[in-house]
Amino acid sequence: MTAETATPPAVAPGFTWVVRDALAVTKRNVLRNIRNPQFVVFSTIQPIMFVLLFAFVFGGAIAIPGVEYLDFLIPGIIVQTTVFGATNTAIGLAEDLGRGMIDRFRSLPMARSAVLAGRTLADTARNLFVVTLMIGVGYLLGFRFRGGIVAALTGILVVLLFGYAFSWIFAFVGLKAGDVETAQAAGFVWVFPLVFASSAFVPTQTMPGWLQAFAQNQPVTAVVDAARALTLGPLAPAVGLDNTAELVLKALGWVALVLVVAIPVGVRQYRKTI
Amino acid sequence: MRGSTQTVIEVENVRRSFGEVVALDGVDLRAAQGRVLGLLGPNGAGKTTLVRILTTLLRPDSGSARVLGHDVVADAGPLRSRIGLAGPYAAVDEMLTGFENLELVGRLYHLSRDEARRRAGETLERFDLSEAGNRPAKTYSGGMRRRLDLAASLVGKPQVLFLDEPTTGLDIRSRLALWEMIEELVRDGTTLLLTTQYLEEADQLADHIVVIDRGSVIASGTSEALKTQLGADVLDVHIDDVGQMDDAIAAVVKNRDEAHVDPQMGHISVPVRDGSAALVNVVRRLDDAGIAIKDIALRRPTLDDVFLALTGESAEDVATDVVANVGRRRSRARS
Repeated sequence: MTAETATPPAVAPGFTWVVRDALAVTKRNVLRNIRNPQFVVFSTIQPIMFVLLFAFVFGGAIAIPGVEYLDFLIPGIIVQTTVFGATNTAIGLAEDLGRGMIDRFRSLPMARSAVLAGRTLADTARNLFVVTLMIGVGYLLGFRFRGGIVAALTGILVVLLFGYAFSWIFAFVGLKAGDVETAQAAGFVWVFPLVFASSAFVPTQTMPGWLQAFAQNQPVTAVVDAARALTLGPLAPAVGLDNTAELVLKALGWVALVLVVAIPVGVRQYRKTI
Repeated sequence: MRGSTQTVIEVENVRRSFGEVVALDGVDLRAAQGRVLGLLGPNGAGKTTLVRILTTLLRPDSGSARVLGHDVVADAGPLRSRIGLAGPYAAVDEMLTGFENLELVGRLYHLSRDEARRRAGETLERFDLSEAGNRPAKTYSGGMRRRLDLAASLVGKPQVLFLDEPTTGLDIRSRLALWEMIEELVRDGTTLLLTTQYLEEADQLADHIVVIDRGSVIASGTSEALKTQLGADVLDVHIDDVGQMDDAIAAVVKNRDEAHVDPQMGHISVPVRDGSAALVNVVRRLDDAGIAIKDIALRRPTLDDVFLALTGESAEDVATDVVANVGRRRSRARS
C-alpha cells in the first residue's frame, strides 16, 4: 500500500447504504449457509424426511374427512419447518458473537441495522429454498394446490413472512444467549409446544379442551390455517376453514404483531450486546 | 511520515467498570501521527477494554477519548471509516475465502464493488495470501489467519490501526513474519496502537511504550527509557546449596532489594546494565565466597521483570488476581 492520502470512504448511512450493507451481509450469510455441511442435512435431507415420515407414517392413521391428508399436511409441515428453521437465526448470531464477527462489523462504518437485517434475510432465503423443496417432494407424492396459482403463491408468501418475523424473535434469543448451545436450547423449549399444539398436523378439535383453547388462539395455527385455506381452495370448507380472506388477515396480523415487538427488542439487544 | 507530531489518539481519565470490577481506572495517554504506541500489560490489565473503547465497541463510563479528533462516543460513525481493528476479537469468517472476506469488509467500508475487489486482491498479495485467496479461511494456518485478519483491518486504508495482541499464540516464525509486515505498515505512515503481553514485541515494534496494570498506566516512555530504568539484561543465578542463600545474595548484589529471590529454589535474579562484565564479576564473587553455582545465565528482560521493577509484584500474580474477576465479567459482558 502506498502512503497516498486515501479519501475517507462515504460515511452517511443514507437509505441506500442501509440496503446495500444489509445485502452485503445477507450475501455473506447465504454463502455461509450453503457451505455449511449441516445445511445439507438440516435444510434438505431433514425436511424431505419429515414430509415422507408424516405422509406415510401418520398419513394412514389420520383421516381428514373431505380432503387428502397430504393436501392437509403440506401447508402445516412447511410452517413447522419454517418456525424450526428460525433457530438458525439464533445460532448464526450466537456464532458471530462468539467468534468476534460482530465486533468486526461493529468497528466498520456500516449501517447498524445490517447485521440483523442481513441475518434474517439470509434465513428467509433459506426458508424459500426449503419450502420449495418440500412442496416439490409433496408434489411427487400427490399434493396439489387446489386453489390456483395466485392463492398458492399468497400462501407461500404468508408462510415466508411469518418465518421472517420469527427470525427476529430468534435474533433476540441468539444475542441474549450468546453461545450456540444456549441459543439452541433456548429456542426449542417453547417452539415445540407452539408447533405441535397447533393445527399443523392434526385438526385441533381432537385435542382436550384446555389445549384447544391454546391451540386455536396462537400464531402457528393462524398461519397454518391461512396457508391451508389458500392451498386447499374450494376444499377448505371441508376442514372448517370457511373465510379465507379473514384467515389471511388474521395471519398477517400475527406477522405484524411479532415484527412490531421483536424488531425493537432485537435491535435493543444488539445495541446492548458488547 | 514520521516527524509529524499531530496527536491522533488522546485519552483523558477514562474509566470503565464491568459491574464491580474496575477494568480501567483513569487512563491517560497520547499517540502522535505515524508512530507506534505499544500498550504493554498482563492479561486483565485493561488493554483490550481500552482498545474496544477507542474502536467504538464500548463506551467509557467517564472521561473522554478522541481518535483523529473524533470523539469515540459522539462521532463514532465518522471515526469508524478511518480506523482499522485486528485482534483476537475482530475475526475473519472461516467459511468465506480470503478474497471474499476482504471483499466483504471493503463493501462494508462502502467501497464500490470494483474497488472492493481490487483492494481485496492487492491486500492479499501484500500479505502473501494470493495463492490461498480462493480457499476458505478455515483451511488457513494460525499465522495465515492472523495475516488475513490484519489484511481485513487494512482494506479500508485506515489512518489509525489498532492491533490487539496480534501475535499471541503464534509460533516464532509466524510472529517474525507478522512483525515484518507491521513494520512495513509503519514505514508507510500508518499510526498504530498495539497491545501485547510480550516486552520483546513492544520493544521490537513500538517507539513509545505505555505499561498498563490493573486499569492504570504505571509507566510510559520509549523502550530505551524503560530498559534503562530496568537494566538492560537480567542475570539469573541458581546455587547448589540453598543454605548459602544469604551469602549468595550478598555476593550478587549490594542492595538486597534489587534482587528477586526464590529461597526454596536457590534462585536469584537481578537486573544488570553491563551484561557480560556483571556475569564475570558475579561468578568470581560467588567463587570467592565458596558458593557452588548450579546454573548462571544472562537473559533479556521479560514483562515479568518489568512488573517486578515497577510494582514489586510479578506479572503473573497480578494477572491471576485480576483475570479471575475481569475475565469472568468480560466474557459475560461480551456474550
